[in-house]
Amino acid sequence: MRVSTIAAVTIRETQRRRILWIGLLMGIAFLIVFSLGFHFIYLDVADAMGPEQARLPLLFLTLAGLYVTSFLVVIVAVLVSVATISGEIESHTVESLLTKPMNRWELILGKWLGYALIIFGYVLLLPGGVLLFVYLRAGFTLQQIWAGLALIYLQGLVGLTVSMAGGTRLSTLANGALAFMLYGVAFVGGWVEQIGAVMRNETAVDLGIVASLIMPTEALWKKASTLFEPQVVGGVELAGPFIVASEPSDLMIAYAVLYVATLLGLGLWQFSRRDL
Amino acid sequence: MNSLAIDARGLRKEFGPKVAVADLTLQVEQGEVFGFLGPNGAGKTTSVKMLLGLTRPTAGSATLLGQPIGHRTTRARIGFLPEHFRFHEWLQAAEFLHLHGRLFGMSDAEREAVIPELLEIVGLGRRAKTRLSAFSKGMLQRIGLAQALLNSPDLVFLDEPTSGLDPLGRRLVRDIIRDLRERGMTVFLNSHLLSEIERTCDRVAFIRQGKIVQVARLAELEAQTVELILRVGQPSPSLLTGLEQFGTHIRQESNSGRIRLHLTDEQQIPALTRWLVDQEQAVYELNPQRLSLEDHFIQIVGQEMDDA
Repeated sequence: MRVSTIAAVTIRETQRRRILWIGLLMGIAFLIVFSLGFHFIYLDVADAMGPEQARLPLLFLTLAGLYVTSFLVVIVAVLVSVATISGEIESHTVESLLTKPMNRWELILGKWLGYALIIFGYVLLLPGGVLLFVYLRAGFTLQQIWAGLALIYLQGLVGLTVSMAGGTRLSTLANGALAFMLYGVAFVGGWVEQIGAVMRNETAVDLGIVASLIMPTEALWKKASTLFEPQVVGGVELAGPFIVASEPSDLMIAYAVLYVATLLGLGLWQFSRRDL
Repeated sequence: MNSLAIDARGLRKEFGPKVAVADLTLQVEQGEVFGFLGPNGAGKTTSVKMLLGLTRPTAGSATLLGQPIGHRTTRARIGFLPEHFRFHEWLQAAEFLHLHGRLFGMSDAEREAVIPELLEIVGLGRRAKTRLSAFSKGMLQRIGLAQALLNSPDLVFLDEPTSGLDPLGRRLVRDIIRDLRERGMTVFLNSHLLSEIERTCDRVAFIRQGKIVQVARLAELEAQTVELILRVGQPSPSLLTGLEQFGTHIRQESNSGRIRLHLTDEQQIPALTRWLVDQEQAVYELNPQRLSLEDHFIQIVGQEMDDA
């Protein structure tokens, strides 16, 4: 009951403070740029090549679009939530909330659910919008769309949970720095793993796996892209961040879910025992 | 179920090596308006936070309305106005109260009934649809007070409720507190605006360096200490020494030669007068005055300043 009240007020906050609208507007701006680009390239390749050969460059473009949107989903997830706990502690708002007949975990969980819902909408808008436009313009769909989108959503939830768990302990600035540094670790780790896989360097691959364990966002993207387009993605050895030389196992998905649950649990526990 | 609204026993809070509250032991009866006084940094806010379960005590225990601190359902009967606060400023005044009412567990009907009335009481009846971001400090203070009273609490904590208010706003808050008392609510008032405490409280506690140094009924406190102003024919050092048998804080004003001293009981005045006559002093002026709360406060805080 109180969890849903907090979730609703969290959504209203992002709306009132125009975070939601700016996110929406920028998302639409992105989609327009992507769509225009895709449209003109489509015209070009459709003329020059047959439909079979045209598919490959269009696929790459689609995957590139999805990669960027998955990145944006994580960024938005971190940005909307990074100040929500630390900010309310600093402004003492939290004191008037937590002296109500409500457990501390209800406040955190309510906020988490509110943001999770917003990120869900963002996943439908951005990566979903990319897929929809590609289908409308070029008439093809990727393989496992829903599973892939679910993994992008999971990426967003990882970003959200990292920033909320950090917020139960850190100041806004420190928390933001931590979340983005972790994202950086995952990003670089992903590349190290890719190149390591191509070069058959096991140490580099292991290092990448460790990075994925610390922050599983990049590994989730790789998994998502293999679901989207298994033949293309798996067949090419090295062609950029949206192509996968070493595919994460299904275990990585389970790990990411566990990661979110554990981190959220730790955040709730930490927040329940701290002085305000 | 005992009749105490607050029963704190040896609450202590340390932040690392720093002791914020050394020993908070106090009992507040139900229906009392209780003033909590002390200089800045004496541990007032930390004490309130411990009582409300926001901060975990290092040692000691307490009950609010008969339940241990932090008890979830008891919080539905407690109101709180924090000292420094910025509420969700993107909410409209009425929305803000609805949110807090929901968190109190109040039904839609209850909220619909109470909120317009409360807005009226705190003088914000026509501001229901104004966002808090457009509110002045005084208006925020008043909407905060409305928030603390939403659930008609049995016990309400007000941490500096009149800071940031103009004289009219202060009178409003004072009237509200009087009204709460009449309705039988217990009010725990944390303030260093002594005139407020003097006008509203039944009892006061003085806290200094994290310890309660005195708890007294305000009426007793007033009768207890009297300041006597004397003007005599030959004020000499030996006379001043002799007065020490009657009172404390003896000092002589350099310009007028008047002697001031504190008596703990006005019953001492006749004996002191006799003694002066025995000393063959011509008495020109003998003027007993009640000490104000401020004088008490300065006595207590003054010691702290001496210590520091």
